[in-house]
Amino acid sequence: MLQETALTNTKAENKSLSGSELLLQALEKEKVEVIFGYPGGAVLPIYDKIYDSKILHVLPRHEQGGIHAAEGYARITGKPGVVIVTSGPGATNIVTGLTDAMIDSLPLVVFTGQVATGVIGTDAFQEADILGITTPITKYNYQVRNIEDIPHIIKEAFYIATSGRPGPVLIDIPKDIATAVTEVPEEKEIYLPGYQPTLKPNYLQIRKLTEAVSRAKKPVILAGAGVLHSKASCQLKEYAEQQNIPVVHTLLGLGGFPAEHELSLGMAGMHGCYTANMALYESDLIINIGARFDDRLTGNLKHFAPNATVAHIDIDPAEIGKNVPTEIPVVADAKEALIELIAQEGKPPSHHEWLKILAGWKIEYPYVYENNANTLKPQKVLEMLYQKTNGDAIVVTDVGQHQMWAAQYYRFGKANRWVTSGGLGTMGFGLPASIGAALADKDATVLAVLGDGGFQMCTQELAVIRELNLPIKIVILNNVALGMVRQWQELFYEERYSHSKNPVQPSFVKLAEAYNIKGYVIESEAKAEEVLAEVLQNREPVLLDFRIDANENVYPMIAPGKGINEMVGVKQK
Amino acid sequence: MKRIITLTVNNRPGVLNRITNLFSKRNYNIESITVGHSEIEDVSRITCVVNVENDQVIEQITKQLNKQIDVLKVTDISEQSIVARELALIKVLSTPNNRSEMNALIEPFRASIVDVGKDTLVIQITGESDKIEAFIELMKPYGIKELARTGATAFLRGTQRSSNQVKNISIV
Repeated sequence: MLQETALTNTKAENKSLSGSELLLQALEKEKVEVIFGYPGGAVLPIYDKIYDSKILHVLPRHEQGGIHAAEGYARITGKPGVVIVTSGPGATNIVTGLTDAMIDSLPLVVFTGQVATGVIGTDAFQEADILGITTPITKYNYQVRNIEDIPHIIKEAFYIATSGRPGPVLIDIPKDIATAVTEVPEEKEIYLPGYQPTLKPNYLQIRKLTEAVSRAKKPVILAGAGVLHSKASCQLKEYAEQQNIPVVHTLLGLGGFPAEHELSLGMAGMHGCYTANMALYESDLIINIGARFDDRLTGNLKHFAPNATVAHIDIDPAEIGKNVPTEIPVVADAKEALIELIAQEGKPPSHHEWLKILAGWKIEYPYVYENNANTLKPQKVLEMLYQKTNGDAIVVTDVGQHQMWAAQYYRFGKANRWVTSGGLGTMGFGLPASIGAALADKDATVLAVLGDGGFQMCTQELAVIRELNLPIKIVILNNVALGMVRQWQELFYEERYSHSKNPVQPSFVKLAEAYNIKGYVIESEAKAEEVLAEVLQNREPVLLDFRIDANENVYPMIAPGKGINEMVGVKQK
Repeated sequence: MKRIITLTVNNRPGVLNRITNLFSKRNYNIESITVGHSEIEDVSRITCVVNVENDQVIEQITKQLNKQIDVLKVTDISEQSIVARELALIKVLSTPNNRSEMNALIEPFRASIVDVGKDTLVIQITGESDKIEAFIELMKPYGIKELARTGATAFLRGTQRSSNQVKNISIV
């Protein structure tokens, strides 16, 4: 104890710190648990200080993997994922991840190295105009011009990344600023007059919405990722149960409401289920909570919810009325709005007929596939995974058919168990994102459900999984093709399979073994039973190469340009 | 339809880039944009003239602009009582023979000759965009060699006709 006091005293006397030290001090202050970073010339001074830091540093094998891992971490924890990369190529390698985080509203604080201030603008070695490049794909970005600004900029960046509608913030640090030394500047309060997110809903709009609910004959809640961002799943459940309103999910909103709940209708959208899509189509009141009416959800806007009054709760006013005309706009945090709605007194709802119809559809039109003894169906694999993990695993996916099957067949009971690239649809996202997810929840079993295409976009991150010994079960639904592209070519391009079938594929098992990760090829249901029983018991990473039926398509499907009521591939049970 | 939007923004590096970027990202068409200091230190005023198809687009533009952290205030002033001015410099061919004839055009427009060359004049004109358009049309027959326009800058008049005409953009 005495020793500790002595230490702080010396610190207080000796207040001069370098830019890099200020940076790490600020990160500790923000309680950062993990940095995903890749060193290089311009960030060498920062890395010299990271060498002594207590914060866990994870070295991805490519910067893109680093930022996707940070996204996975942010999705599960709600805390900002922190990334440090060098200037030039290091910085440009994270552009995809920034765009992905921007469109899916994930909080990130990203540090990029920059060439020294004296040579900025001279096309110096590894110089890139990263501020210019990332302006449209960040919520905000900074270049540090004075070393004294470092603590304040970092504080502000964490605030901006996590408040309001979350998003990525980038801080560009020239090398000479990282090495310069200064006295520790005094702490300043955050003052951003141009940035005041509205959290509390307008009372009149809440009243209007309550009245609309009591009048509605066919109400439906559309729950988006905003419910998860504002940690409002308890309130959503309470409100839905109080008013007896059924809930439809967006792809990114899965887990915000328990899938097994009586009021849950499942996912809507291009590959959503019949009941969810038809509920939106037939509805007379859609209460959108934190979803942005993406085109993959709505289908052709002309046919979207023709009879519905639309209410939209969103923390970002720009999302309200952007795609769908909205009669009841509520700018607020989802949780605050739901708390207000729960507290309102309204007439009891009167839509029993509607619930009866929906319950009928749910039984009549579930997701269906034809199981077949000769081939392994991807849907079957996901059903098995769901049953064997009790719906309790974190599921991380890449982009494509496997992503849609995972969304359809893994029935999430809890919030923040689902990590996927929604808005941008980034292939290569899944494997690295699973690393971030595994670090975010150390007790969870993580299923990285990937396609054989997306897996090959970021395979190098297997090294990180081995190095950190993460309990990630890599599930490759291998159809030896870029399945979703192949499906579209089959349906819309007269089966002209242009570059969508992968003629040459490595042995994924051998590849895993090269990283000292155990791998299995699984070609039958029986084998799947046997292997899953074994590998889900332990905390070891493993790669499972499921050789699925290569001709399987994702259904139902709303063809591009079609309305939400024009699904194909709907089968009656 | 043409709309005039004024913004006050923090005078920070990259702000103008963020704003113009937003216009191109969202596929909005800027007709003109002017930037300069305002009455408050470190705050700049931007005036944008945009051409939009309908009210929904202008609502999106203002919301997207408002979302920017460095944007302090956004106002669509198109339907209010405003002062809007633009400046143009026109270099036009002129001989001693037709100078007095040209003067007769310059005077009613309250334009002024700011430079006289051997066979050219530089005329400066300020006013609303329509007036400048009209003057340029008049100068065209003489042969315009160079033309530079600043784009409109504008703000609200001290007295508005009636307060209920102020269009509320924010739905907060």
